[in-house]
Amino acid sequence: MDYFFTEEQSMIKELAARIADEKIAPVALEYDEKGTFPHDIVTVLAQSDLCGVYIPEEYGGLGGGILEMAIVVEELSRACGGIALAFAATGLGSFPILLFGNEEQKKKYLPDIASGQKLAAFGLTEANAGSDAAGIQTTATLDGDDYVLNGTKQWITNGGEADTYTVMVCTDRSRGPLGFTALIVEKGMPGFSFGKKENKMGIRASVTTELVFENCRVPKENILGREGMGFAVAMKTLDRTRPGVAAQAVGIAQGAFDYAIKYSRERVQFGQAISSFQIIQHMLADMAIQIEAARALVYQTCRHIDSGAKNISKESAMCKVFASDMAMKVTTDAVQVLGGSGYMKEYPVEKMMRDAKITQIYEGTNQIQRNIIALELIKESKKKQ
Amino acid sequence: MNIVVCVKQVPATTEVKMNKETNTIIREGIEAIINPFDTYAIEEGVRIKEQGGGKVTVISMGIPKVADLLRETIALGADEAVLLSDKAFAGADTLATAYTLSLGIKKMGPVDLIICGKQATDGDTAQVGPSLAAKLGIPHTTYVRKIEEIREGTIRCQRLTEDGYEVIEMPLPAVITVVKEINEPRIPSFKGLMKAKKAEIPVWTADEIAADESLIGLKGSPTWVVSTFVPQHNVNSEMIEGKPEEQAKILVDKLLSLQLPLSK
Repeated sequence: MDYFFTEEQSMIKELAARIADEKIAPVALEYDEKGTFPHDIVTVLAQSDLCGVYIPEEYGGLGGGILEMAIVVEELSRACGGIALAFAATGLGSFPILLFGNEEQKKKYLPDIASGQKLAAFGLTEANAGSDAAGIQTTATLDGDDYVLNGTKQWITNGGEADTYTVMVCTDRSRGPLGFTALIVEKGMPGFSFGKKENKMGIRASVTTELVFENCRVPKENILGREGMGFAVAMKTLDRTRPGVAAQAVGIAQGAFDYAIKYSRERVQFGQAISSFQIIQHMLADMAIQIEAARALVYQTCRHIDSGAKNISKESAMCKVFASDMAMKVTTDAVQVLGGSGYMKEYPVEKMMRDAKITQIYEGTNQIQRNIIALELIKESKKKQ
Repeated sequence: MNIVVCVKQVPATTEVKMNKETNTIIREGIEAIINPFDTYAIEEGVRIKEQGGGKVTVISMGIPKVADLLRETIALGADEAVLLSDKAFAGADTLATAYTLSLGIKKMGPVDLIICGKQATDGDTAQVGPSLAAKLGIPHTTYVRKIEEIREGTIRCQRLTEDGYEVIEMPLPAVITVVKEINEPRIPSFKGLMKAKKAEIPVWTADEIAADESLIGLKGSPTWVVSTFVPQHNVNSEMIEGKPEEQAKILVDKLLSLQLPLSK
């Protein structure tokens, strides 16, 4: 389907696809097995200029938006949803700076992210703050010119590998979510360390750790926006990065579909290729229909956001839910098309099925997304009356 | 350091089809790519430039469409690219090609190092690199797997052999042909691709390089291809092990057991 990309968007897609096919696909299963971080692929991404697709040109990026970010995430995820996350989670860590950073902060942090010299990460989740993001317990107290941070963030993608962290902390317990503040924390700041590295079901080439703050001193000029804006920083960031998760889901599903259809043409049972059986044909058709529908929704949502639209929470949540549920279904069906082979680690689809699962969970579970969508729908309905 | 990289357009297939009447390669309808071995030459040239400064110029002799492939080399880090294209160049064998390339390179001015791929995947002759060195009257080393050092007008490199490598030092300017072990070619950058799109590829004709028309194209090609075929390999080999004396005995016994007719 022609999605009417600009020439530059088409070039970005082609370049990302080349990296996926030539550099990522050959090593994806090995990284999944070992669960190590793909430094060599990050270097390739850095050299390609793609790390900065969504960063303005004045900060060394290519000046694209959410659509360009989604195009890259989708293509990379076709080969490995885990490796793609080094790029995608950097986007998540960068958007607070892009949206709320002042000129000095943007100049200081964005060029290194755009060039791929540094990765970023986003620190919101804690042991008691998941779907209920308001449960943040990490505190920051102003002491002279520094905030002093104490607490532990968990399940942080790119933890330990990133240099730049945008972290949500509580600066005023009495004000609830209005007492949250977003700070930029740099790797190496005294009192900032990395805790447990998680052993995950999927996206195993992506590193997930705790961020541990023990009297960590962060200069107060590292505040994003103002004190008390942390919750807004997090929500507005997530509104813009959920299409990235959706694009990751579309990419993973496409990768699984591509493998399944090829396999079905080669696998012979009852004297003929299984692709000649109508039951397999219908499964493949259904998979392709769902992928295309999700892709169309993701791209259109990205364009909606890039157009500068104000209310984007509902659309952003919709594309994330639809694409991630789709990816779970399509990758499960891909395993089914491959039968016993699909269940074996020798073939890539079982990994894709494991990778797909996370897209239903992170950056807001699909249950929370449905809450967001429903509340927006009810609000819109009220307005009409 | 002025570096020139020679590249050739080849069909993007491992199965080269031949025109049985003319014994030339059929290029119609097959996607054209840069000879894969030449991509290592481009990468090595760009790496030398990135480390020590200088300029990388890519040169090719071919049909006008080769300009598109040369533009790709700009995306991969080459500074400039030149196409030698003229109807008079058509039908060139390796000798005429080397002569034509040598004139193009001479027209560029002083050059320190010329890098070629070890051979092209279509003709597989591996002759143009060494012939080019001969035409330019400069030394060459083939099958380079690593450049150890470039310093004060000399280059020291490792030349891949069947059972290891040789270290060869020679004065510059010189020609090297490289094997795939030398590096891993990069994927172009986005900014490189944008630059490549806008790049102008100058085309030099036979007149512009002052070519002797008896030495270019079909006229300048002493090679006559009588026929082409894919050799059949039906060899069952067996390795004989043991001490030399034992091996000799086993071998002689085996040969005798075959009862081959002996010439008198």
